[in-house]
Amino acid sequence: MLQVPMEYYLILSAFMFTVGVAGVLIRRNAIVVFMSIELMLNSANLTFITFSSYLGNSIGQIFVFFVMTVAAAEAAVGLAIIIAIFRNKLSVNIDEINIFKW
Amino acid sequence: MNIEIILFAVLALVAATSSVMMITRKNAVISAVFLVLNFFALAGLYLLLNAQFIAVVQVIVYAGAIMVLFLFVLMLLNTEAEHQLFIDKRGIKFFAIFIAAFVFIEIAFLIFKSNPSKNLSPDQAASINSGTIQTIGQQLYTNYLIPFEVSGFLLLAATIGALVLAKKKFE
Repeated sequence: MLQVPMEYYLILSAFMFTVGVAGVLIRRNAIVVFMSIELMLNSANLTFITFSSYLGNSIGQIFVFFVMTVAAAEAAVGLAIIIAIFRNKLSVNIDEINIFKW
Repeated sequence: MNIEIILFAVLALVAATSSVMMITRKNAVISAVFLVLNFFALAGLYLLLNAQFIAVVQVIVYAGAIMVLFLFVLMLLNTEAEHQLFIDKRGIKFFAIFIAAFVFIEIAFLIFKSNPSKNLSPDQAASINSGTIQTIGQQLYTNYLIPFEVSGFLLLAATIGALVLAKKKFE
């Protein structure tokens, strides 16, 4: 048990975070950008759980619990904002949402 | 070969592949389904790491509640011109991949430089004990009671905020 080296989990987490970064930069659909942010949050969660398990300490898992709460709140409010923007602009393309640009 | 290492390899492969598929599919619904697959693979990895409670919460809250919310919004919004949202400018795409690869190399360098497993000798009993619902519940209701209450308040505020934002007209 716990025979997988810790670095493997951390590298997987780093890879998923990187894919999330690439998703935010490449995609123009606001909802997919949101999903990429969820992916980044999850990769951070994986790091928390890895350290928590290998240290035998439950504080990391409590942090993950709070991260999940905040992610749920963020998803609800963010999707409501996307719906409100879609009602005005009839689009979820983040290149067209530029009312704050000077 | 050890069963734990095989399980890790399979789950890690599924998690990595589904995350790449998520950002490369043109259809947002298929992206969402790949994200659900990724969350399930992560729940399996949490089980491998002896985090039983978090693994179950991951399936219920993330793969269940949050992704249903995403799919529901995708259903509500008319995104028939979906493929046009996929970026066509090659320059920006290569630039984005370059930035992402730079971030990955940076993190991987730091991980191998710090070499965390050198100083750690994992204690199996303590690891199993730290993931049980009893330990986490005890911590949440004693040392972390105030953050727990605040997160409940945050959820209430988010619910009200989402209702107000998504309402048709402000009256």
